[in-house]
Amino acid sequence: MNQLWFWWLAGMFAVYALLDGYDLGVGAIYLWLPREGDSRGFALAAIGPVWNGNEVWLIAAGGLLVVSFPRVYALGFSGFYLALMLVLWFLILRGVAIEFRGQLAQPLWSDFWDAGFGVASLALALLLGVALGNLVRGLPIAGGSFQGSFALLLNPYALLVGLLSLALLAWHGANYLRFKTDPPLQTRAREYSRRLYLATLFLAVVVTIYTYIAGYIGDFGSHPLFWIFPLVTLAGLALAAAAGRRRDLAAFYASMLVIAGLLGSAAATVFPNLLRSTLGSGDSLTIYNAASSPLALKAAFIANAIGLLAVIAYTYYIHRIFRGKVQTPGYHV
Amino acid sequence: MVFAARIQFAFTVMFHYLFPILTMGLGFFIALMSTLHLTTGDRRWDEAARFWARIFAIGFVVGVVTGIPLEFEFGSNWAAFSAYGGSLFGQLLPMEGVYAFFLESGFLGLFLFGRGRVGKWLHWAAGLGVGVGSLLSGYFITAANAWMQHPVGYRLDAHGQPQLVSFWAVLFNPFAGWQYAHVVNGALLAGAFVMAAIAAFYLLSRRHQEFAQNTLRLAVVAGCILSLTQLFPTGDLEGRHVAGWQPAKLAAMEGLYQTRAGAPLAVMGMPNSRNQTLLDPVYVPRILSFLAYGSFRAQVVGLAAYPRDLWPPVALTYYAYHIMVGLGTIFVVIMLAGAFLLWRRRLYRSRWFLWVLMLALPFPFIANEAGWMATEVGRQPWLVYGLLRTAQGVSPNVAAGETIFTLLGFMGIYAVLALLYLFLTARVIGAGPESGTHGGAAGGDEASHAAAIGEKSA
Ligand code: HDD
Ligand code: HEM
Ligand code: HEM
Repeated sequence: MNQLWFWWLAGMFAVYALLDGYDLGVGAIYLWLPREGDSRGFALAAIGPVWNGNEVWLIAAGGLLVVSFPRVYALGFSGFYLALMLVLWFLILRGVAIEFRGQLAQPLWSDFWDAGFGVASLALALLLGVALGNLVRGLPIAGGSFQGSFALLLNPYALLVGLLSLALLAWHGANYLRFKTDPPLQTRAREYSRRLYLATLFLAVVVTIYTYIAGYIGDFGSHPLFWIFPLVTLAGLALAAAAGRRRDLAAFYASMLVIAGLLGSAAATVFPNLLRSTLGSGDSLTIYNAASSPLALKAAFIANAIGLLAVIAYTYYIHRIFRGKVQTPGYHV
Repeated sequence: MVFAARIQFAFTVMFHYLFPILTMGLGFFIALMSTLHLTTGDRRWDEAARFWARIFAIGFVVGVVTGIPLEFEFGSNWAAFSAYGGSLFGQLLPMEGVYAFFLESGFLGLFLFGRGRVGKWLHWAAGLGVGVGSLLSGYFITAANAWMQHPVGYRLDAHGQPQLVSFWAVLFNPFAGWQYAHVVNGALLAGAFVMAAIAAFYLLSRRHQEFAQNTLRLAVVAGCILSLTQLFPTGDLEGRHVAGWQPAKLAAMEGLYQTRAGAPLAVMGMPNSRNQTLLDPVYVPRILSFLAYGSFRAQVVGLAAYPRDLWPPVALTYYAYHIMVGLGTIFVVIMLAGAFLLWRRRLYRSRWFLWVLMLALPFPFIANEAGWMATEVGRQPWLVYGLLRTAQGVSPNVAAGETIFTLLGFMGIYAVLALLYLFLTARVIGAGPESGTHGGAAGGDEASHAAAIGEKSA
């Protein structure tokens, strides 16, 4: 049950990254989109009706973490206090920017929210990666509390993972725009997609080598099944190369595979820890010593798995209703 | 440290709650109007539903972005509490996401942008999904709160940690039942007052008369029922739960220091904890005993019977509770007067009364917030009633300075949010129900909605 929960949580965060990832990515390249032809309006219209639903994956994942591994939730978010608050404020800015921009047809107004949306998305894509990097690297935890400072979270490894996450999500967002829009925005997105693909590839290789050399690999080698994740990543990278400049939907699937593969690999390096301590393995919070009681795990599993199946069904259905290219720029209620 | 964490939590949750009040209340009425449109075929209901959906949407955004911090503040501010009770009250947090937030956010997109892409039944169902989603989210979070008010479904293990024994007991906490009914009723009542206030504004400024009259009629009829059910049965029965399970809170809410049989109800007065008396009281004899325990003779235990360190902050609990109850009584008077005027066909012409309705707008929000103040402050010093004290629940490794710093940050951000919210909502009200979409070029007809996210021929 504990292992199941670990992979379920990893899966929740992965789905979050796959879905909210593309709208974060659109935001990350947003400020570089040309103004002609109202490209920004089209980009926003492409994510307008779905971004909020995507973000709920994060909220639901947070809730699942509380009930399954309450000590991890407690230590993680109080330990990362200031970093968490920063993330929360960027989430506020981003949500408000998307929704309020279209409320007023006034250039100053939309410029302001454009900047807010772009900056917040960039920062979030980066910070989520930094957080992940620190999870993989391990944190100074002793006696169930966090011993480090805010500055310590900004170590070179974590920053590198942050850059990878930024490039990856931006690439994902560009791929999303490729199949949701028409030229000239589509042309621009294809161009960005090509460059961001190269950046992602480069950073992924660097991070992998770093992880290996620094010994953050953990138990990876001992579970043959874990090799699925790097394989999925490679498959995604290969598919992206094959998709080239024309096959837009294939490129989007490719970035999905890469995200899923990389997150899976990251999870595999920490397994079975949830918060790895750099001060001795006895201080780590693992899926065994930080878990709720078996009954609590079972109840929460059943209660939420059923609901999530329904969510997946209607999320799919809603995405189908909004399928096809966006035709009108802007996003007003 | 505890103080800073409390202030921050209280500030962020009270700000957040302003918006769910609005969206739960309006969400219900929007679903009602869409249903009326479908069943009667009267297009005016459709127009009304779309107008309120625009007001709803702006509030929803602010509700969403201010709700997300709360979800994580249990961990950041109350780490010890989360570690202690996470497997119990935490049962309800993911369920709120899974069963309510997905529904709300997914179907809101469909409701606002799906017009013209989906059939009218599906569009109606989307509106219903949004309404049901908001009401459900209220249930899960209220049940989480109820576990802190009245912990159930657990047993203490050898380390004094509560462990889940019954999921169903936590999900259907008896405390949550009437609490939820009262909370939702309070939100719907606020929705009715908002509709009435805006309709009154249009009537007073002689705009959109037909829309305003229809809305006002609905609002007054609904408000009349809701203001009564707010007191009875929901408020009354919730009060009995408090009397049964949290007698010290009851005593603080009523400003009752000395234990008495046949205790009177204090309508007014100023609690003074130093002398343990209520100054300048206005009493109704024996009513408190009756309301709390169903008998005019019943004994009600006063605060003096408890050790001082188990007292909640008396003055705050007392005043918050009395503000809620006082306003609740005034709401009944207002809405009954409205119903009377409606019956005598004078409602739309009684300008003084329209002024009253228009100016009443903020008060249901104040009553709702005051009710939560009484509930949450009256729970002190317990975080989990009878099990864990608030001071034990705080995060050990977050410094007070950090919390104060981020509290100031939240205050600044929320002040800006509040201004933006008021500004944008005022624009929608100014534009009026007939304007259709705004900001866009076409404005007004269904086509522009349909075109907003047009589909390329597949
Ligand atoms: C429009 C808002 C509104 C109005 C007019 C009233 N209430 Fe209320 N009340 C609430 C909105 C509210 C609330 C915000 O929904 C609370 C806060 C937490 C809760 O459970 O409901 C609440 C709490 C609350 C509690 C405290 C429960 C606890 O401590 O756990 C009691 C005993 C009552 N109410 C009873 C009443 C009575 C007897 C009223 C008659 C006048 C009344 N309320 C009017
Ligand atoms: C401490 C307690 C609370 C937490 C942790 C919390 C959490 C949240 C979160 C994360 C969201 C955003 C959901 C989204 O993205 O769609 C939200 C919105 C919402 N919350 Fe809360 N909330 C709290 C208190 C309340 C209370 C007391 C109620 C009602 C009784 C409530 C009702 C709602 C509703 C209806 C929404 C939908 C958005 C809106 O209508 O404004 N919340 N809340
Ligand atoms: C939206 C309505 C709510 C309002 C206005 C509200 C208000 C408050 C206030 C004023 C406090 C500070 C009390 C004090 O320190 O004296 C507080 C504390 C707290 N509330 Fe609520 N609350 C609401 C709903 C909730 C819900 C739904 C939950 C749980 C799911 C919750 C959990 C807490 C916690 C954990 C604390 C901190 C510990 C404490 O001070 O007891 N609140 N709330």
